Amino acid sequence: MMNIMGKMSLDRKLAILSDAAKYDASCASSGGQRRDSKDGTGIGSVTGSGICHAYAPDGRCISLLKILMTNFCIYDCAYCVNRVSSNVERARFSPEEVVELTLEFYRRNYIEGLFLSSGIIRSPDETMGDMVRIARLLRHEHGFRGYVHLKTIPDAAPELIEEAGLLADRLSINVEMPTDAAVQSYAPEKSPGQIRKAMADVRLKREAGKERSHTGRRAARFAPAGQSTQMIVGADGADDSTILRSATRLYSGYKLSRVYYSAFSPIPDASAALPLVKPPLMREHRLYQADWLLRFYGFDVEEIAGATRGGHLDLEVDPKLAWALGNRHLFPVAVNRAEREMLLRVPGLGAKTVKRVLETRRHREVRYDDLRRMGANLRQARPFITLPDWRPGALAEAVDLRARVVAPPEQLQLI
Amino acid sequence: MRTVVLPETGTFAAWRDEARALLGAGVPPEDVLWQRGEAEADLFAEALPQVFGGEVRVPKGFVDLARWVVWHRDPERFARLYAALWALRGNRHLLEDRGDARVARLDRMAKEVRRDRHKMTAFLRFRDVGEVGAARRRFAAWFEPSHFILEPASDFFVKRFGDMDWSIFTPDLSAHFEDGRLRLAPGEARPDLPEDAAEDLWRTYFRNIFNPARLKVKAMQAEMPRKYWKNMPEAALIPELVAGAQALAVEMAAAAPTLAPARAARIGARLREGREVPDAESLSACRRCPLWGGATQAVPGEGPQDARLMVVGEQPGDREDLEGRPFVGPAGQLFDAVAARAGLDRRQAWVTNAVKHFKFAPRGKRRIHQAPNRGEIRHCRWWLDLEREQVKPELILAMGATAVESLTGDRAGLMARRGGVERTEDGVPVLITVHPSYLLRLPASERVAAEALFEADLRRAVEMLGAGD
Repeated sequence: MMNIMGKMSLDRKLAILSDAAKYDASCASSGGQRRDSKDGTGIGSVTGSGICHAYAPDGRCISLLKILMTNFCIYDCAYCVNRVSSNVERARFSPEEVVELTLEFYRRNYIEGLFLSSGIIRSPDETMGDMVRIARLLRHEHGFRGYVHLKTIPDAAPELIEEAGLLADRLSINVEMPTDAAVQSYAPEKSPGQIRKAMADVRLKREAGKERSHTGRRAARFAPAGQSTQMIVGADGADDSTILRSATRLYSGYKLSRVYYSAFSPIPDASAALPLVKPPLMREHRLYQADWLLRFYGFDVEEIAGATRGGHLDLEVDPKLAWALGNRHLFPVAVNRAEREMLLRVPGLGAKTVKRVLETRRHREVRYDDLRRMGANLRQARPFITLPDWRPGALAEAVDLRARVVAPPEQLQLI
Repeated sequence: MRTVVLPETGTFAAWRDEARALLGAGVPPEDVLWQRGEAEADLFAEALPQVFGGEVRVPKGFVDLARWVVWHRDPERFARLYAALWALRGNRHLLEDRGDARVARLDRMAKEVRRDRHKMTAFLRFRDVGEVGAARRRFAAWFEPSHFILEPASDFFVKRFGDMDWSIFTPDLSAHFEDGRLRLAPGEARPDLPEDAAEDLWRTYFRNIFNPARLKVKAMQAEMPRKYWKNMPEAALIPELVAGAQALAVEMAAAAPTLAPARAARIGARLREGREVPDAESLSACRRCPLWGGATQAVPGEGPQDARLMVVGEQPGDREDLEGRPFVGPAGQLFDAVAARAGLDRRQAWVTNAVKHFKFAPRGKRRIHQAPNRGEIRHCRWWLDLEREQVKPELILAMGATAVESLTGDRAGLMARRGGVERTEDGVPVLITVHPSYLLRLPASERVAAEALFEADLRRAVEMLGAGD
């Protein structure tokens, strides 16, 4: 088999190794240290806000060249297309091939940079070493200043992680499963403790990189765009509350920039150990909404868990509306008087709208039409607010309020 | 009625200068006709009289807004901006009124221009038009924006593609970057750009990064509207990918699992062989109480195995949990400082905690410390007892109620008991004091006195051990 590999075309390798990488949901290129190549000595820039250069018909953003260095792997993780026991076709890029693809795509404005991951070959150190070499070639040989995201291998040597963090904008390690028990049963070669220690290590190095030394010099920035992780949803039996608690623990303990939730989807040559159902896309969507409420709307994970049914988020209504319907004694809210914290909890009012309300009401009263112009979703907000020219009246007390605000189904296309 | 003609490039600066002069002359918005294009010499134009003196000052927010709105394709944009500027004279807070229809309209226009510019930086595709062996690579692109955004977008391309030459053609304007210099020129018809082999590779990538099991065509189109497709090489694949997705997904789900290749068993056996269970991890494997679930790792005690003094704190904190070592966070640092003053060398002592896992409540991106409860303290005493058995200290310094409870069975009345010596069940003397984190929480006014008391307790520990020599 190996000698066939030698003759494999770059196009074929790219097909195999991008197919092998697509189950990782992350493609973000935001954050990172701002830099550019205006001086003409290199290529690339990082603007701070990411750019999606294309969208695939699965609705996902294509921002980075997301590929595996190789899909050979010695691990046997049941949910993974690249596990050792799968019969998918295998390929391996040379470091130079990865560098060339990245630069040529970048020069044509197809991508923001590279997201490099890999199957585990021979040993974690050798795999990580090859990935670091690619990043080093890009940065030092070719003056590449675009975005680089490296997947770190939990058991790799600390020196390699250290160098990876100095070369890359973002590092990530996937926990993949929401509970330790599930990691142990579906990914027998991985250790949840080891993954957490690796995340702890990245947080410590990032914090050390922000401090100034006694001479006042700042240490080199370590993974300036932070670290992220992914949890697969729907492969094991974990409910949404369990997943969100697990995410909260990751955000608070290791200061993750993002936790990605990835609906488990059928893969070619799947393991018999896992359900091959259609991916729970709506569940994934609700988890992202709940995640947003935790990070930007001041919700506590237990409040969201309290609004679930049997541990699962309501699929019919978004988690904020579900919470409001469960806490109707706190509504309606007077838009011109309520505190910011409470306004953020009104369904249909986003963070931007709330900011505009606060800005405007310093000078005058906000009325119904103003709220519409400020971008509020009034269909949702109406039963929960009062304004000088709007009272929800009977609507606020309506027994069938839930039925009235539930959006007609089929917002998302499901297969 | 005055007619003001603004140039096609440098439009913002020109609009600002004209608006400033008009405002200074007190010309109301309804008396100005704004146009964009070649200025024809207006022989009858009269110079504007200066009615209001001094500079025209506007809120910064207005300048930011105008910088975007001038590039909008709406012919009324200049007039709308000038009308807003005029209104700002009477109402300085106009822009903060997010419900005002005029402001909302300008906001929306700015947003449309920003979005159009963003989509240009995203969806523009260069083709290689360079000569083999040239010193600088050369690329060119054709793009059809909705608004006049090439000029405000050119900065992005200059910063990003610094080491190559490039040209961007649009129907309104073209931009050329050669040897590090940007030049703007009139718009052109769509140029005939040569085929570029890299586009085949890009299409291969686009086809394979797509997951047919999760088709969401509307989500794709919301972000990448059809109007951009004709200039994107990968977009031609979309119809066939969408059409074939369902069949592919069904096929994957229906395929029976295959037999694992022979090498899988071989590799698995080799991996399992090399694995051993290290003894040091036994603490981390503890499941006596649920605290392990939230923590990174258990934090064992450290110090010489034959230490005469054992220092027991409460539990690891945020920092300790990350580093896996006891007393390295803020409380640990305070302890080290006071201990040094009291003549207590931490390196000579066995330093540990009553509870080995960090207990906390997540709040957004922080972990808030929580005191361990009675059950957790009792479960973890098994480990503390094991440490005491191995180290066999002559004296134990119990810092804080949790340590005191674990070692003496009773946490009540700490402040009354501090400075005193009690005994563990098996008779080892326990010197009681407060936890250094308690000192950290005190207001500065009380801190000095409390720290002196703490120092005295540590000094007493040193004296007790000295007396035993």
